[in-house]
Amino acid sequence: MNEVATPAGLESGALPMDTVGNVYVESPRITARNVDVYYGDKKAIDGVTLDIAEKQVISFIGPSGCGKSTFLRALNRMNDTIDICRMEGEIKLDGEDIYAPHIDVVPLRARVGMVFQKPNPFPKSIYDNVAYGPRIHGLATNRAELDDIVTQSLERAGLWDEVKDRLTQPGTGLSGGQQQRLCIARTIAVSPEVILMDEPCSALDPIATAKIEELIHELSNQFTIVIVTHSMQQAARVSNRTAYFHLGKLVEVGETGEIFSNPSHEMTRNYITGRFG
Amino acid sequence: MNSFSVALAVLLIGFVYFILGTRSAAAARQSGSRLHSLPHHYGLYAGMMASLPALFALVVLAIGDDIVFNTLALDFVPDAVKAEDNYKEVIVLAQIANVVAGINFGEQPQWVNDAAAAWLGWADTSRLIKTMVAIGLAAGGGFLATRQLAPDFRSRNAVERIIMFILGASSVIAILTTIGIVFSVVFESMRFFALVPVSEFLFGLTWNPQFEGAERAGSGQMGLATYGSVPLFAGTFLISIVALSVAVPVGLFSAIYLSEYASPRVRAVVKPLMELLAGVPTVVYGFFAALTVAPFLRSAGMNLGLDVASESALAAGLVMGIMIIPFVSSLSDDVINAVPQALRDAAYGLGSTQSETIRMVVLPAALPGIVAAILLAVSRAVGETMIVVMAAGLAANLSLNPLDAVTTVTAQIVTILVGDQEFESAKTLSAFALALTLIVITLGLNFIALQVVKKYREAYD
Repeated sequence: MNEVATPAGLESGALPMDTVGNVYVESPRITARNVDVYYGDKKAIDGVTLDIAEKQVISFIGPSGCGKSTFLRALNRMNDTIDICRMEGEIKLDGEDIYAPHIDVVPLRARVGMVFQKPNPFPKSIYDNVAYGPRIHGLATNRAELDDIVTQSLERAGLWDEVKDRLTQPGTGLSGGQQQRLCIARTIAVSPEVILMDEPCSALDPIATAKIEELIHELSNQFTIVIVTHSMQQAARVSNRTAYFHLGKLVEVGETGEIFSNPSHEMTRNYITGRFG
Repeated sequence: MNSFSVALAVLLIGFVYFILGTRSAAAARQSGSRLHSLPHHYGLYAGMMASLPALFALVVLAIGDDIVFNTLALDFVPDAVKAEDNYKEVIVLAQIANVVAGINFGEQPQWVNDAAAAWLGWADTSRLIKTMVAIGLAAGGGFLATRQLAPDFRSRNAVERIIMFILGASSVIAILTTIGIVFSVVFESMRFFALVPVSEFLFGLTWNPQFEGAERAGSGQMGLATYGSVPLFAGTFLISIVALSVAVPVGLFSAIYLSEYASPRVRAVVKPLMELLAGVPTVVYGFFAALTVAPFLRSAGMNLGLDVASESALAAGLVMGIMIIPFVSSLSDDVINAVPQALRDAAYGLGSTQSETIRMVVLPAALPGIVAAILLAVSRAVGETMIVVMAAGLAANLSLNPLDAVTTVTAQIVTILVGDQEFESAKTLSAFALALTLIVITLGLNFIALQVVKKYREAYD
């Protein structure tokens, strides 16, 4: 860590461990401070401090097992569903500690939606898939409103034209890329503030991937998006900022253009140039 | 030699060929030839080719000789006897078999003794034939197989094929047995329906088979025996419904608790304990129902001013429900666990609570398996015998009140067939008609349920 330039803002607040680049932003939506995540005795995330800016796309990259997905799942407390998983540190959404005892994870996950690696539509009709969230949260008072939400969500996910004639057919009958866009439609139907995407294209072919990337770009006008990806080209294409994780540590974070053209940290450079990972 | 020692001899010959085959292959390898398979494959091939066809032939001959003997023995029956009114082949053959076995009920006619003597002769011949054929096949088959063995013989693949054949034959045995059972029930039922009209059996409202000598078949006596099965099926369904309304909710809810809420430690204790319920013999449930639950219900009913029969459908049904709980819970638990975690994650990721996730995502996805579990519970309930024999009574009341004593199809079959029976009577044969109807109804229920599942299932792959 000899070539570490002291990042701006390091003096204030918690001390980010060894991270190169500016972890802080002007108007953060999510702030993580000294986050540790353990699976049993194993420390999967080690002292990560990071801000996530509003209406931006930030991508997490790094070799397999580096903890980027674990950190992502800490942002909406999906890790709570794993018994042996334990978290230390502080994560705030809009200034509110999401791990505080009085916080209810159910509305939290409605505010911080999630799209998973493998498309996982419910084995229900396309309509019911999208209507699921609005129904459980009571977002529509009558059928017409629900229809509107479903239509808008499918339109925003770029799927409407493909499925408008077969809304009653099972969502599992769609192609992989369509299923993933259905999952995105399902997520945005509950109007989240932040969308977490865990390698959303890793199970898709290049054309479906291109469509999803385009969609991410459009959605970033309205939503704060955090995306974990194995594809550096994808990170470069879709994100404003990029964070490089290695062995549970946040090694470097910065503007995407900067990270890919001129990484400061040697490990980042090695990873980006394909020397390991 | 009797069949058992022949079978042993065949196995011994097979073992000898196994050793010979293995040895010769190993020797060939020693002397530098390249073997296609390992030496023991050559041995296994030789051994299997020696013993399997011989054993098969032995089984076929053993089944076949009785049929042949029966046909031959009937030739000894004088035409005068055959012309008699009450002549029955079964009885004649039983007479002969008794003499053969040395059991004598007084003086037998000469032709019976002749037939028995001939029978003993045939049996000797048959034993000789079986011994010769089996040992000949074993020795010959092994010899031929050994001659096939050359270093490039693909004995490994051949052994594979033989194993596949054995596995396939096993499943065929299971299927054939089932078909055999169904056919025997069908044939006996047809004999019953020759005596009692189908319409009376299916739609008659009175079940009263007890009066002997009151058969309607041609005797002109319009008897007191009536074979209307409706009360029995009504009783069966009444008790089954009581049982299922206990077992399905309790079983399903405990499965949901165990698979979704219980910590691994609780699960490790509770699940085996619940499955222990399945290991309790039904006769124990039976006396629990008859001696504990039924009197309790009766006294509780009396306090409430209700008239509860001492052997009520409710008591039998409740206890039967407890017996079925582990079937429902264990199977449902398995299918709920099989629902992919990805679906739960998706629901949680949208801000569902745990119970919303279970109700709206997990259970619909697990529905086909849960229905299958319930179907199994239904067939257990319909087919359960011991509890109803002990706790539900034998009075064929046509009632839908669970506080009354009712009887079931299975309980009636037991009372009809227990003890010495006159096999040709309508009373005995009615058991088969009851069994056939029960089989048809269970099959029908299964079929309907499968169609329903197909229509409403949410397939997650």
